[in-house]
Amino acid sequence: MSASVKPTGFPLPSSLQVVPGTERAQAAYPYYMQFTKEDDERFWFYNSMHFPEPMSPFDVTTAEAAYCALGAANTRVHCLPTTLGIDYRIINGRIYIGGNAVTDAAEIARRTKEFQQRAFYYYANWERLIAQWKDKMMALIREAQTLRKLALPEFEPLEHVHAGRGIASNHYLLDVYQKTLEGYFRMWHYHFEFLLLGYGAYMTFFDFCKKAFPEISEQTVARMVSGMQAEIFRPDDELRKLAKRAIELGVDGVLREGASPDDIIKALEQLGEPGRTWLQELAVSRDPWFNINVGDGFYHYHRSWNDDLSLPFSALPGYIANAKAGECIERPIEKLMAERKQLIEDYRELLNIDEERAAYDQMIALAHRVFPYVEGHKFYCEHWYTNLFFNKIREFGALLAEHGFFQDTEDVFQLTHYEIEAAIIDLMTAWSNGSPPRGPARWPAIVQERKAAIKEWAEHETPPALGPVPEVIDDPAIVLLWGITRERLDAWLAAGGQADASEIRGFAASSGVAEGVARVVKSVEQIDRLRHGDILVCRVTNPTWAPIFQKIAAAVSDIGGSMSHAAIVAREYGLPAVVGTGTATQKIKDGQRIRVDGGRGVVTILQ
Amino acid sequence: MRSSESISWFADITLSDRPAVGGKGGSLGELAHAGIAVPPGFVIRTTAFERFIAALEEDGPIRAGVAELEGHDLNGITALSENLRARLEQAPLPDSVHMEIVGAHTDFCGENNWPLAVRSSATTEDAEGRSFAGLQDTFLWVMGAQAVLNRVRSCWASLYSVPSIAYRRKHRIPENTVAMAVVVQRMVDARSAGVMFTRSPLTGDRSVVTLEATWGLGSALVSGEVTPDRFVISKITGEISVRHISDKHIQHVPGAGGGTREVDTPENLRRESSVSDQELAALKDIARKVERHYGQPQDIEWAIDRSGEILVLQSRPETVWAARDQTPVAKPTENPLLHVMNIFGGRR
Repeated sequence: MSASVKPTGFPLPSSLQVVPGTERAQAAYPYYMQFTKEDDERFWFYNSMHFPEPMSPFDVTTAEAAYCALGAANTRVHCLPTTLGIDYRIINGRIYIGGNAVTDAAEIARRTKEFQQRAFYYYANWERLIAQWKDKMMALIREAQTLRKLALPEFEPLEHVHAGRGIASNHYLLDVYQKTLEGYFRMWHYHFEFLLLGYGAYMTFFDFCKKAFPEISEQTVARMVSGMQAEIFRPDDELRKLAKRAIELGVDGVLREGASPDDIIKALEQLGEPGRTWLQELAVSRDPWFNINVGDGFYHYHRSWNDDLSLPFSALPGYIANAKAGECIERPIEKLMAERKQLIEDYRELLNIDEERAAYDQMIALAHRVFPYVEGHKFYCEHWYTNLFFNKIREFGALLAEHGFFQDTEDVFQLTHYEIEAAIIDLMTAWSNGSPPRGPARWPAIVQERKAAIKEWAEHETPPALGPVPEVIDDPAIVLLWGITRERLDAWLAAGGQADASEIRGFAASSGVAEGVARVVKSVEQIDRLRHGDILVCRVTNPTWAPIFQKIAAAVSDIGGSMSHAAIVAREYGLPAVVGTGTATQKIKDGQRIRVDGGRGVVTILQ
Repeated sequence: MRSSESISWFADITLSDRPAVGGKGGSLGELAHAGIAVPPGFVIRTTAFERFIAALEEDGPIRAGVAELEGHDLNGITALSENLRARLEQAPLPDSVHMEIVGAHTDFCGENNWPLAVRSSATTEDAEGRSFAGLQDTFLWVMGAQAVLNRVRSCWASLYSVPSIAYRRKHRIPENTVAMAVVVQRMVDARSAGVMFTRSPLTGDRSVVTLEATWGLGSALVSGEVTPDRFVISKITGEISVRHISDKHIQHVPGAGGGTREVDTPENLRRESSVSDQELAALKDIARKVERHYGQPQDIEWAIDRSGEILVLQSRPETVWAARDQTPVAKPTENPLLHVMNIFGGRR
């Protein structure tokens, strides 16, 4: 790239203003997440893939835990040669992240030696270590499920006294809280134990394909690697099964669009045996498969299907209608696998040197061995375990609300995890000494102020990136997980220069062309605004929104690469999708007609 | 329609018949034989040419005269060329040759006065490393048996044009190996036409078909008079990754009295795609079939007639990227895990 076309870069962190009136809310976040002057020297980008909405003080725990574990895996455990971990900052509720690259050749060589003893061991023993991982993960889930219930009885139960337990109930508040937090941080270590290695094997194959077939689309490579059997697809599969069963049992008439889950369940109970049978089957599906939240596990208000049945129930009528119209609504796994096999063979046939074919075989075999983890881990980590975590914090919220610390259970998420611990110790003290707790005089006003700030921040746009543009982006994690490449940054910079571009470019995630009305969905609560044939425009498409994919015509997102789960689901549904546009939710107005060309990665505003 | 001593129908020809039907005839026959739709027709084999030359040589040598010339002797070549071409254009055809050609024409056209293309198909044409392309004549929109006979003679005579003789003498091609077959086939009244490569000419990628198309006859595209529509189609997934629709201001159409003429493209078609997605998919399938048949990348000329039928006019091996095909992108490693260092080891 010649110097004359080198872009000037993005706004410096120090030029970003905290929205006036929200300074105290900004100060609530831990000191290590605040931008300082030195941060101007580095490149940052807004992680709107994971954190598309302003983060509340408690919810930033998800970022802390994730980056502590990601960095440890990269920097200290597997010793990735060219990259360390990821730094994170917050301003106006928006989380910016930046990678730490290793550029010194001697250091890369030293780390390479370490890497090959560590990562190669993992690859070589992948199946055994994955089996062990599942055991560890299930044990962690059981631990969280069996944490004791919170209670502050007026008098310690007599049996505890007679048993000589010697520890009073207030102590267990701190004990359970710390275990809850500790378990969550531990979960993220499990999460990243295999993740980068899995992606790396995928990228190795991808890199080969790009050299051998320079014009191959990313989505095609993704389809060659995709496993399709991952647990993350199960919740949606269960829904499809339940839709079919409702028809077989003759209870589908009750599962109407617009009816509340409570009313539907009541109506089913009144249908006698068939209704009860269906409800029993629902109960089986719910444990564990409805432990899936409507987001990616980073927001306390992204409740799971189990906590709020309205999302799965709202998807059932669509599946029922399709099944009654004679469509096969189950995912055609065998057909998908046969297609994958054919695709791999077809590309293999185009290679015309035996050596090249042998290398291709080695790389695809490795990708197939390790990639199922990448697809499968999310259900256990970001969904199942995360639901248990947020719900346990909710129990503390209920207890604190009961003692007047704030009005509503959910207000607990307006405190940082440090502040919650302080509030718990405050309550423990009050229970022990008979004085009233101090918190009720302190927290309600702060909670109100922070809620107002988050509402305010959501109204403000934030730049997709900050600071000087790096010459190359060589961090496998950043390229693959976030789709951030040098080309992408140049496109973002160019888009900033054009005032009213009617064309928005992103990654071609799933091919096909569709036209329709844009529904700009800025938060998950707005999902129900989508009508049949609408085009979903959002910060980040999410596979747990899968059931709504049956009614939309196409999907567009601000961020995400071709391996984002959204892209995978869109391909499965055969919907055009363009991801990683950077600015679609800002440029496209709700209700506009747009055209999505998923094969070229172009979105056109038609009016 | 049975082939005879002087006539071979396309369906009866393969590439191995090239010595008797010439390069073009062999290629069209090979395609037809492989089940690829080509404009139907027949080849007047070199046997007919040999018989004609043999009859002519009774009145004086033909080949021996050419063989005596030096490549740089332009005056000598010009004088001999005029003499030989006049003899070939005017001498009566041997009766048997005349009857076989007229008979094939009648078998082919019946009562229809179809416009035909009459193309030279020399035995050395398109041979390895030597191209006679452009040195022999092709006649388009030829109508009626008499016109065909005249054009066949013209094709034969073109073998003795000044450039043709000079080329052969310069390359010391023995005259007794030189013979001319003639292809006679249906003219395609093309609605759209173009070329396609079974790989990307830009990147060498063998997983895509790169296709250029325009309205009317392909000559407007080949001569560079219009900017064609351009498409890149995945061979495997059928995905159309590049779709550039150009302003095709003119097109070539058949002239009233034979030949072609240039007309303005109607305003409403100029910026319309000259091929539909369905046609692109069909063309891609044809490209794969031709490539598979020959076992190497191809450069294919095609046309779509007014009824929507897709026809292949010509296919040649694509050789520009051949060297790249010999260099593997990656080699197998003893420990397959070492491949991941391409990603984790940093860009080099």
